[in-house]
Amino acid sequence: MESLSVDNLIGIKNLNINDIKLIFKTADNFKEIINRPIKKVPSLRDITIANLFFENSTRTKLSFELAEKRLSADVLNFSASQSSLKKGESLIDTINNILSMKVDMIVIRHPNAGVPEYISAKVDATIINAGDGAHEHPTQALLDSYSIRESLGEIKNKNILIVGDIIHSRVALSNIFALKMQGANVKLCGPNSLMPKYIDKLGVEIINNLDDALQWCDVVNMLRIQNERMNKSFFPSLREYVKLYGLNYERLSKLNRDIIIMHPGPINRGVELTSELADSKNSIILDQVENGVAIRMAVIYLLAKQKFNR
Amino acid sequence: MGQHILFNHSQVNICLERLAYQLLENHDDFSETVLIGLQPRGRFLSENMVNILKNKYDLRELDYGYLDITFFRDDFRTKSDILIPNESNFKLNVNNKKVVFIDDVLYTGRTIRAALTAIESFGRPKSIELLILINRRYSRELPIQADYKGFNVDVYEDQKVYVNWSEKNNYVYLENIK
Repeated sequence: MESLSVDNLIGIKNLNINDIKLIFKTADNFKEIINRPIKKVPSLRDITIANLFFENSTRTKLSFELAEKRLSADVLNFSASQSSLKKGESLIDTINNILSMKVDMIVIRHPNAGVPEYISAKVDATIINAGDGAHEHPTQALLDSYSIRESLGEIKNKNILIVGDIIHSRVALSNIFALKMQGANVKLCGPNSLMPKYIDKLGVEIINNLDDALQWCDVVNMLRIQNERMNKSFFPSLREYVKLYGLNYERLSKLNRDIIIMHPGPINRGVELTSELADSKNSIILDQVENGVAIRMAVIYLLAKQKFNR
Repeated sequence: MGQHILFNHSQVNICLERLAYQLLENHDDFSETVLIGLQPRGRFLSENMVNILKNKYDLRELDYGYLDITFFRDDFRTKSDILIPNESNFKLNVNNKKVVFIDDVLYTGRTIRAALTAIESFGRPKSIELLILINRRYSRELPIQADYKGFNVDVYEDQKVYVNWSEKNNYVYLENIK
């Protein structure tokens, strides 16, 4: 019997390669469904999912909400800024109160790493991590791999470059786990001040020169500079960062071949990459967004089934 | 667990010819018709129908696809196995078309119920008919009957009827599941 090896999606680190294959196979079907005239299936009728966002989000929150609605689940939305957390309620009290409303599944984003795992140990509901601090963002990594697979046919032995703010990035960490598991070669590029210590222990190489790194890669994933997480200065000036690590047409044209450009969003246009490239034929940024819905439908569908089999 | 053959290759092929002919009687040139094989097993029967109609009756333009109904099933909460879908290749608009669902065995009727819901995602057909190779009588859980039937088969609940599809040897067999 095919099923996932986990009951909650906390991180890519907890998954195995068969889990990823099963999620992709299921997402293929959902991708076909979300391109039908009527895009909804009744699978999760009467299942209630709470989206608890303790941190701002546009894309991920909308994508999860759409995925849940396409599966016919009932959806509760919570954002920390409008909640009783402001009145001093503890996290676990907030969650237990929401669960008393008979919620089956929780999608959670939190600024602190480890919160989804902590909650999964305390409550019976299925937990999906929608990003926790600088730890993991598993559905983003899954949709990134899925989008690469869609463009290149397969991931194994492909050269994937992740550029930019690695130290603050949960997307980078989840992507490294997912890509390595699928047999890709991964390199990181950016200033040393934005590289976490010991990241090379994960089997990735660091290149500081972007032009050299671009020569090597098939796919480049440009990460956002996370100003909101920077409590000190990590590079001398934004202008200098753009000059050294910004992707532009001039840099790309030196390659004499096509590479795929990705970005998890939101893009700082003119910083990580120019507008011209963000909207070019090499960019699969909007495919990533479309695939995000299919991937999240697959994850929710498979985990919901897992819950009823428990 | 032995296999007991109910209908052999030549019996199945005669039956397939008859079913194709019956379709032809009711659907003229098939210009308003869409044939839909229900995944996974109905796909083979629908391919056989399409082959006969194209090769023997020279129908070049046939609207045909196969549809997976996994996400429309009613046993998501009760079935212990994860329901893993099959591929759908269905891109046709069925608005105002005469749709024919094709499946190999009609048993409880629940697959057809799911297909009736699934097809709504592609428009509002003018009519929907059902073509099956094996009609397992006395086992329906829903008020669903086929318009085109191959063989009627009466077996016990703990027996399963399968169709083996291959170019050189199509046959129908019975297997005890206990």
